[in-house]
Amino acid sequence: MAAQVARISQGWQALIGIVDYGLGNVQAIANIYARLGIPAMPVRDPSEIGTAHGLILPGVGSFDWAIRLLDASGMRSALEEAVQVRRRPVLGICVGFQMMARESQEGVLRGLGWLGGNVRRFEEVRSERRVQLPHMGWNDAMGTQPSALLDGLERPMRFYFLHSYYFVPDRAEEVLLSTDYFGPFCSAAVCGNVMGVQFHPEKSHHWGVGLLRNFAERVAC
Amino acid sequence: MLRPRISPCLLIHKGGLVKTVRFTHPKYVGDPINAVRIFNDKEVDEIIVLDIDATVAGRKPDYELIRRLAAECRMPLCYGGGVTSKNEFERIVSLGVEKVAVGSACVSDPDLISRAAAAVGAQSVVAVVDVRLHEKTGQYTVFTRNGLVDSGIAARDFAVRMRSLGAGELLVNSIDRDGTRQGYDMDLIADVRASVDCPITVLGGAGSLKDIGEMIARFGIIGVSAGSLFVFKGVYNAVLINYPKRAERESLISASL
Repeated sequence: MAAQVARISQGWQALIGIVDYGLGNVQAIANIYARLGIPAMPVRDPSEIGTAHGLILPGVGSFDWAIRLLDASGMRSALEEAVQVRRRPVLGICVGFQMMARESQEGVLRGLGWLGGNVRRFEEVRSERRVQLPHMGWNDAMGTQPSALLDGLERPMRFYFLHSYYFVPDRAEEVLLSTDYFGPFCSAAVCGNVMGVQFHPEKSHHWGVGLLRNFAERVAC
Repeated sequence: MLRPRISPCLLIHKGGLVKTVRFTHPKYVGDPINAVRIFNDKEVDEIIVLDIDATVAGRKPDYELIRRLAAECRMPLCYGGGVTSKNEFERIVSLGVEKVAVGSACVSDPDLISRAAAAVGAQSVVAVVDVRLHEKTGQYTVFTRNGLVDSGIAARDFAVRMRSLGAGELLVNSIDRDGTRQGYDMDLIADVRASVDCPITVLGGAGSLKDIGEMIARFGIIGVSAGSLFVFKGVYNAVLINYPKRAERESLISASL
């Protein structure tokens, strides 16, 4: 914590909390921020959620499992307050992004509902071709609107994906990035302070590092 | 466009990194965490780490090692070795591992695949298909316990079964070619590729980047993995961790795009 405060005094005014509800690569994200000299730490209880200026909701796994673990962590209401009442910037990753939707075809539990849209499974056949599922590997992402989140990222942007379900927004304005997998899908969405990416920025080399750095800039301003 | 994956495969034996030939004669090649750091700098597509002792020794996965690997990897990680239960899948995924591979256990308990997929999602469940060719019959069958036991199950049937139970990926490994650097077993891979619609990653026999390029030219979107190729250099097999540079990779995968 002392090191974090020291860095804050060197210019970074904001602290990023990585929500550690038992899923997703909390440490890999923390390591990237440590290398960037940006204060970030795993948060594990409601009071820590309250002190963070921005939040990252990571995730690997299935929808219901993730929601259940978040409920069991005791942090959900503090997280909802930080995001919906205090409007703290939040970045969802993979299932963490999908959890921000209203619901998912993968599960029966309700999502957080921070983004207008639902999570759907890729069709087995798209554009009359058989689709390999899951969508696994490195794919390009095209920006559909200007965003500081994408500043300085090498073009074409390329990220690592690992999923069979994807977010379908109610409104096209929410789409931040679009990726082609037998047809386009929304690979990142934004709505005010709520941002989500379907890929794994913590596993996407310099593109992912750039995006995480830009998120920190967004939190700090 | 989705791109083919080129993935180093690292084997862990007695806590160190080794490379085998036909699943025997492990040669020490270095420290696993150090190797991951080097592969980070080379921006590899993915990395596969297999603990080859765990199943044979009847022990659990080394969670402390997995935790350190997951935290160190700036690329996606697939871990395998000693996984026998749904709870182990959950624990390994919760440590930040993207994909968990299971071999021996899914031969004796195929339903483990569906239990694991229901828990962590199919995208994180990888079925390992370790295969040998029977010279006399021309049949490919699946082996377990680090290549020691012949299950008698045809590779193709096994692949179809694993996929139907919910595996998100198959890791198809030719024991005959392991460490030989004489090229992939294309017949085996064609057989499995034609039988399932999920991602597959092939392993065993890569001797040069040309082998990787040929695989991609023939099969398009596929995971191409290698051990020896990425840890040894030259005719004397000097240990030198290497990976094609970006321009080389672009040319290797150009046939798929």
